[in-house]
Amino acid sequence: MGVTGSPTNIQQRSKTKGGIGESTLRPDGTLKVTGEFAYSSDMWHEDMLWGFTLRSTTAHAEIKSIDVSEALATSGVYSVLTYDDLPTEMKNYGLEIQDTPVLAHGKVRHHGEPVAIVAADHPETARRAAAKIKIEYVELPVITDEASATGPDALLIHEGRDDHHIGHVPHPNIVHRQPVIRGDADEAAKRADIIVSGDYVFGMQDQAFLGPESGLAVPAEDGGVDLYVATQWLHSDLRQIAPVLGLPEDKVRMTLSGVGGAFGGREDLSMQIHACLLALRTGKPVKIVYNRFESFFGHVHRHPAKLHYEHGVTKDGKLTHMKCRIVLDGGAYASASPAVVGNAASLAVGPYVIEDVDIEAVALYTNNPPCGAMRGFGAVQACFAYEAQMDKLAAKLDMDPVEFRQLNAMEQGTLLPTGQACDSPAPVAELLRLVKSRPLPPEQQWLSAGEDADVRALPGGLSNTTHGEGVVRGVGYAVGLKNVGFSEGFDDYSTARVRMEIINGEPVATVHTAMAEVGQGGVTVHAQIVRTELGVNQVTIHPADTQVGSAGSTSASRQTYMTGGAVKNTAEAVREKVLEIGRAKLGTYHPAWATAELLLEGGKVVTDGGEVLADLVDVLEDEAVDLELEWRHRPTVAFDLVTGQGDGHVQYSFAAHRAVVEVDTELGLVKVIELAVAQDVGKALNPLSVVGQIQGGTTQGLGVAVMEEIIVDPKTARVRNPSFTDYLIPTILDTPTIPVDVLELADEHAPYGLRGIGEAPTLSSTPAVLAAIRNATGLELNRTPVRPEHLTAT
Amino acid sequence: MRVNFTVNGRPQEADDVWEGESLLYVLRERMGLPGSKNACEQGECGSCTVRLDGVPVCSCLVAAGQAEGREIVTVEGLADYAKHREGAHPGTGCGSSGCGTSLDDAKRWQSKPTDGRSGETRELSPIQQAFIDAGAVQCGFCTPGLLVAADELLEQNDSPSDADIREALSGNLCRCTGYEKILDAVRLAAARQEETV
Ligand code: FES
Ligand code: FES
Repeated sequence: MGVTGSPTNIQQRSKTKGGIGESTLRPDGTLKVTGEFAYSSDMWHEDMLWGFTLRSTTAHAEIKSIDVSEALATSGVYSVLTYDDLPTEMKNYGLEIQDTPVLAHGKVRHHGEPVAIVAADHPETARRAAAKIKIEYVELPVITDEASATGPDALLIHEGRDDHHIGHVPHPNIVHRQPVIRGDADEAAKRADIIVSGDYVFGMQDQAFLGPESGLAVPAEDGGVDLYVATQWLHSDLRQIAPVLGLPEDKVRMTLSGVGGAFGGREDLSMQIHACLLALRTGKPVKIVYNRFESFFGHVHRHPAKLHYEHGVTKDGKLTHMKCRIVLDGGAYASASPAVVGNAASLAVGPYVIEDVDIEAVALYTNNPPCGAMRGFGAVQACFAYEAQMDKLAAKLDMDPVEFRQLNAMEQGTLLPTGQACDSPAPVAELLRLVKSRPLPPEQQWLSAGEDADVRALPGGLSNTTHGEGVVRGVGYAVGLKNVGFSEGFDDYSTARVRMEIINGEPVATVHTAMAEVGQGGVTVHAQIVRTELGVNQVTIHPADTQVGSAGSTSASRQTYMTGGAVKNTAEAVREKVLEIGRAKLGTYHPAWATAELLLEGGKVVTDGGEVLADLVDVLEDEAVDLELEWRHRPTVAFDLVTGQGDGHVQYSFAAHRAVVEVDTELGLVKVIELAVAQDVGKALNPLSVVGQIQGGTTQGLGVAVMEEIIVDPKTARVRNPSFTDYLIPTILDTPTIPVDVLELADEHAPYGLRGIGEAPTLSSTPAVLAAIRNATGLELNRTPVRPEHLTAT
Repeated sequence: MRVNFTVNGRPQEADDVWEGESLLYVLRERMGLPGSKNACEQGECGSCTVRLDGVPVCSCLVAAGQAEGREIVTVEGLADYAKHREGAHPGTGCGSSGCGTSLDDAKRWQSKPTDGRSGETRELSPIQQAFIDAGAVQCGFCTPGLLVAADELLEQNDSPSDADIREALSGNLCRCTGYEKILDAVRLAAARQEETV
């Protein structure tokens, strides 16, 4: 090392620990394990009231009258509000289309729609008062499927629709329609030696995050309101809340409070406006916490879908064409349906090379529960169907299902059906190879412990339904293709503020963004990025609030890419500023200040050759560098509404699964033995979190394969199972070991080469489990979730 | 009604408790101990698990009156409880004012680079530390209930098999992790426990 002329001592270069690529632990971990982490349902304020929402008991009805007098007269009740009490002309909200009433007016369109809200001094008082509200309904016929929605006499769910999709849909009860046409599928079909078609049904899945919808609204002296709430996108909430309250956006100050999971279910508003209305009306802080029953009505679900697919292949196994029609049930309000349609259509072909395609995806308006965003967003339903098709095709060709997929796998450079080239690595064949080459778990593990069967390892578990008789094993594979980030020309940006200063003789950086940490670990990664770029050990993560620019949504696998990218970009700008200050103060002491590439590492300014020029403490002294910048990914365009062509997506991500199952064919019970997964993450900024996300996503896919479904009565459109007793999510006994292989093939367009990871593992997990069950039983199984009666043919 | 009980080693009393209030509600809303979570309030998810006279229970299913005169340990008192496991007097955990969350708790998270340990220098029980180290905490909403259940498992069985762990934690739902890292955490805590014995 050369001699430096800097006024500080000559020191060894010390690498900053805890940068990207390391499995740094969560900054909020200690608070979360001690019970001190403040989730939205934990908020408390002196003198606060409790809000409660009265919901419709019917799915489609005119509201004749609402009488709140008895509720209002209840002792302990402070306020009861209905539609008539809304303060402005803006009485609806919505992510894309403002069709969702804050409180029902004129009509209710789905079971569980909010009709009135109550504030009282005890949650039970509020609940009992709400029960005294009298509503007179005149029932209307319910629309529950495509036939009833678009039939000749169909009632319109939304009369007088005037959104921008209306011009492009064949019927007003269709929210949005997106075709994707490329080549000539009919012509290409003539080249096929074998044509396989199938009809598939995907059930309605629920996000079932554990932390209930909740928050606290505190009226402020300036006439505004402070809202502490669990959400996925503070600024999107703000944009929808402020106009309904009749307040300018700067008078609605939002702070993220602890979020107990989201998975898309917190993209739409739930109790936000209700709590603010009650707080502003009563002049007191109001807390609303949904119970689990309400939570099932309080957020949108995953679109149930009906899918028809046709594929052709030549004798030597090359796909010739694909035609499909995907009908998504959007329920009573639009929510994210238009974007889900765009995703389903543009990703309908999956990770395969098929030049001639004819695709149509639509979302319906019905009286079923509203559906919107959930992990995998439109790509999940398609993946379930095209992967079933791949297995059918392979079987017809008498080919190995993995080899067949590999033969047709897309790769870097492949044109997708939208005409967009995949310009980053697409290791589809390699991911399949990875899961396939893992050793299979030993057969009949329930016997390996000794002679007596360990019933815990069998389908049915401790309920002791079998000792191994009639238990058969199957293995299945699947792979999926998901886009990352918001597509179709959306101005998707994120903002980060990064500050660097000297505190107690140490350089400290603070990161302030509006990113919703919903459990995914963004806060961990932000600190890692700042350490990498600014070479400081101490990083403080400022609470997310609306005092800083939008970070966009924590969804679409985009936050590490987008807000991570914004933090990186801003930190780089801070670094430049710091170096500028350094040059001005100390530049004359060493020529490297002017000539070398300089870095910040271990609290020092160093040259790229590793020479230490200065301590940050001496560079900054009592100056602080503080910058807030917006950051965007490369632009996308909207898909053509007739052909579906256009460079609509930012980035793609890929995952493959191999499922091993055992099925008790007598009782129709399934035990998933192992669910191996391989995923390309571009660059693992935090390997521990990456694996955690992949395992979590895999488990949600497993859930919808074998148990999770919101059941809606087809005659009344009422939800039958809004509870954790009846809506089942996988327990630790239902979830197998999930070995994970992580590939890191950098995407040169993304920060650090990373790829969004949150959603891809949810896609292929479901079809892999289904394929394994088919392999075990020989049954066709075209619907998910699989229920015992499907396996025993009763 | 008035209810008297011991929470995390401290005698407490709650006044004006409604007949229908659950132990969970009283802990969270009257004692200022929101660590036990309210994910379903139906006895299905285990997020509200506390120990009642040593036995793990869903506090959402326990009527507050049933806790009269009994000892309760919540996640807030877990570190202390684990420390005093052998002793007769489970410690001096948080009282009604010592912990819990109020509005000014929009906390800043100090993020430090880690060499195996994270967060502030606080004493954690082995299972708490293992959950952090193994990456078993994502959103963390299931964590308090899982910790109480897992701590009891390790108290009963210091080297549980995977099947034992799965059985013991089968009443606790987690929607984020896929459970693999939760298994890792319990294995890790068990292994560390063995090392120190
Ligand atoms: S909150 Fe008690 S079991 Fe779910
Ligand atoms: S429910 Fe989120 S970490 Fe378990």
